[in-house]
Amino acid sequence: MSERLEVMKTYKLFIDGNFPRSESGRTYEVRSKNGQFITNACLASRKDLKEAVVAARTAQSSWAGATAYNRGQILYRIAEMMEGRREQFINEISASEGTSLESAEIEVFAAIDRCVWYAGWSDKLSALAGSTNPVSGPFYNFTIPEAMGVVGAIAPEEYSLLGLVDAIAPIIVSGNTCVVLASSRTPLSAITFAEVMATSDLPHGVCNILTGSKEELSPWFASHMDINGLDISGIDEPSLISEMKTSGAQNLKRIHSFKQGENPQRILAFMEAKTIWHPIGV
Amino acid sequence: MTTFEYAPAPESRSIVTIDPQYGHFINGAFTKGANHFPSVNPANEEILSHIALGNAKDIDAAVDAARVAYESVWSKMPGKERGKYLYRIARILQERAREFAVLETLDNGKPIRESRDVDVPLAAAHFFYHAGWADKLDYAGLGQSPLAHGVAGQIIPWNFPILMLSWKIAPALAAGNTVVLKPAESTSLTALLFAQVCQQADLPPGVVNIVTGDGSTGAGLVDHPGIDKIAFTGSTEVGKAIARAIAPTHKKATLELGGKAANIVFEDAAIDETVEGIVNGIFFNQGHVCCAGSRLLVQENIADEILAKLKVRMAKIRVGDPLDKNTDLGAINSAEQLQKIRELSQSGDDEGAERWSPKCTLPSTGFWYPPTIFTGVTQAHRIAREEIFGPVLSVLTFRTPQEAIDKANNTPYGLSAGIWSEKGSRILWAAQQLKAGVIWANTFNKFDPASPFGGYKESGWGREGGRHGLTAYLKEAESGNE
Repeated sequence: MSERLEVMKTYKLFIDGNFPRSESGRTYEVRSKNGQFITNACLASRKDLKEAVVAARTAQSSWAGATAYNRGQILYRIAEMMEGRREQFINEISASEGTSLESAEIEVFAAIDRCVWYAGWSDKLSALAGSTNPVSGPFYNFTIPEAMGVVGAIAPEEYSLLGLVDAIAPIIVSGNTCVVLASSRTPLSAITFAEVMATSDLPHGVCNILTGSKEELSPWFASHMDINGLDISGIDEPSLISEMKTSGAQNLKRIHSFKQGENPQRILAFMEAKTIWHPIGV
Repeated sequence: MTTFEYAPAPESRSIVTIDPQYGHFINGAFTKGANHFPSVNPANEEILSHIALGNAKDIDAAVDAARVAYESVWSKMPGKERGKYLYRIARILQERAREFAVLETLDNGKPIRESRDVDVPLAAAHFFYHAGWADKLDYAGLGQSPLAHGVAGQIIPWNFPILMLSWKIAPALAAGNTVVLKPAESTSLTALLFAQVCQQADLPPGVVNIVTGDGSTGAGLVDHPGIDKIAFTGSTEVGKAIARAIAPTHKKATLELGGKAANIVFEDAAIDETVEGIVNGIFFNQGHVCCAGSRLLVQENIADEILAKLKVRMAKIRVGDPLDKNTDLGAINSAEQLQKIRELSQSGDDEGAERWSPKCTLPSTGFWYPPTIFTGVTQAHRIAREEIFGPVLSVLTFRTPQEAIDKANNTPYGLSAGIWSEKGSRILWAAQQLKAGVIWANTFNKFDPASPFGGYKESGWGREGGRHGLTAYLKEAESGNE
C-alpha cells in the first residue's frame, strides 16, 4: 500500500470575506528558516490594497453600528475558533519561524488569550475614555470615544501570529475596520487566522489581510487617502517610517507604533473623541 | 412705531498701556529684538506698536531657556507647587481682565462684548481648570507617574489670541512641560501682556518664553531640535507642513486645524432659537472661527421661513467700532484676510450662488466685511468646500435626514457640527452619524476648559481641553508607544 500524499493548502489573500489570489498574479516563495520550500504566498499589489480598503470602508459603518456586546462576542468567538485550530497554528509557526513546538505553543496561547483580552474591552471603552464634562453653564456635555474609520497595519516580522493579533484586535474591537499586511517572511499563520475570522461571524470586510512585500506596500498604505490611521509597529527602518509619516500627512493620518501588546492605548490611538453639547432647560 | 437708535457706548482704552516697541520674552525678561514689524489695529489701521521679528538666535535662546527651566526647576517641582503657579496666573488674568479685553479688541478687531465676556474669562478659566490637574496626573488615564514631554513649541492663531495662548500654555505647564510660544504675526500684544502676568506671578524664568514673529519664526520653532512637542492651531495647509516637517523626528504634535462645519436645521427645529444659533454660529468673532457653522443645511420645507427670519435678524447686526459695547460684528483681522474673504465670496458669485447682505454702512478706514449669506449653493461650490474664515454663510438644503448627514460629512474636515431639532432621538442619531469632534445640539460655538475640543480627519490631531486635552502633554512611563 502506497503512503498517502498530503493535500497541500493554497495560501491566498483575505479581502471582503473572500480568499482571492493577488490580482497581479504574483507569488513569492515562503521558506523555512533552514531554506526549505513551504509554499507560494500571494505577493499583493497596490491594487489589492485598494480593493481591501474599499471593502473595509464599505463594512465600517455597520460594524461600528453593531453593539459593543456584539463586537465583543465576535472577538471572543475568534479566540474560540483559534483554540480549535491551535495545532495547525503551532505547526505553521514552528515550520516557518524555525522555533521549537514548545515556543510556538507559547506564542499561540498568548495570541488566543490576547484576543480574549481585547474582546472584553469593547463595552468598557466609554468608561475608560469617555466623560461627562462639568461645563460652566446650563448644558449637558459629554465626550464619547468613537471608531476612527479604516485603519491600516503593518504587522511585525517576528511573532507572526501574536504580532498580527496585537495589530488587528485593538483596531477592530472599537468599530474600526482594517487592512493588515502580514509578516512578509512568515505569512502562513496570518492566512490561517483569516480562515478563523471567516468562521467567527465577523462581517465581510471588517478585517482584510494581505501578504507580500513590506517595502513595496507600506508606502501605498501611507499615501492612501481613505485610510484614517496606521499602526506601523512592524516597521523598524527609520527612513521608511519617516517616508510614511511624510506621505501620511497628506490626509493627516494618525500614525502610531507600539511596543506593548496588551495596552488599551492601542485601541484608543485609533479612536476619536466626540463631544456633544445640549442645553438644559424646561 | 417709534424706534430707538443705539447711542455710541465706547469702552475706554485708557486702561491699556502699549509700548511703542516690544522684544521677546525669554528666560523671564524682555529682550530688545533685532528687527521689528508694525502691528495695526484692524478697525482703523492705526499702528499700535512694533513687534520683534524672531530669528534663529531668538529661538535658540528661548528653547535653551525652556530646556534649562525644564531640567532644573519645572520637572523637579512637585505638581502641587506647579499648580499653585497656574492658580496665580488664573487670578491675575481675572484681576486684569478688562485690560486684556480692551487690548485684545484693539489688536484683533473683535467686539469688546466678546473679548470681555468670552475670550478673557475663558482664558482665566483654562488656567484655573488645568491648575487643578498639576498634582493629579496619576489620574489622567496614562497610568502611574506619566511623564511630561519636555519643551513644547506652541504656535497660535490670530482669531482668539489670549484664549489660544491659555489653551496651549495651561495644559503644557500643568503636565510639567516648559514652553516656547509664538503668537500670530498680527496679534502679539496680549501674549506680551501675558508675559508680564508671568512676571507678576513670579513664575520661574524660562518656564514660559514668548517669541514673536511671522511664519518663518514659527517654522524655525517647529524645526528646532530642542523641541519635544509641537502644538499648533491654524490652517490645515500649515498643519500638514508641520506633520511633514516632524516626520523624521520623534516630536509629538497636537494640531487644531481648519473646519467647514455643517449647521443642520431639521424641520421640527424651534425656529427663533435656531435663527439666533445660525447667527451665533457664523457671525461670532466675524466668522474667524475654525469651528464656525459656515455651511447651513436646512430641510427644504422650512428653508424659506428660516431664510426670511435670518435676513430680518441679520439686518439688526451692528457692524462697527469694536470698542463699542453695542457692536456685534467687528473688524476683519487683517488686509490679507479681507482679501481672502473677498476672493472666496467672488467665487460664490462666479459659480452661480446668490449673495445677500443687509444694508450696512462700513467704516471708511480699517478692514471690514458685511454679514453675508449665499443661497443656491451646491456641494461643488468652493464656498461650500473651502474655509472662508469670515462672516460668510453658505446655505444648502436637504430633504431627508440621511441626505443631511451625507452632505455634512462630505468634507475632508471634521471639526464641529450643529444640529437643530426638538426631537431627542433625532438629535442623538444625527450626533452619532456626524464625523466631527464637537457637536452642538440646539446651541453653537460654546467652549469650556472641561470640554474636549478638536477634530476628525483633516481638522487635526488630538484634543484640547478636559482630560483628553491634558493627555496630549503627557506620555506613559516606559510603554515605548509612539
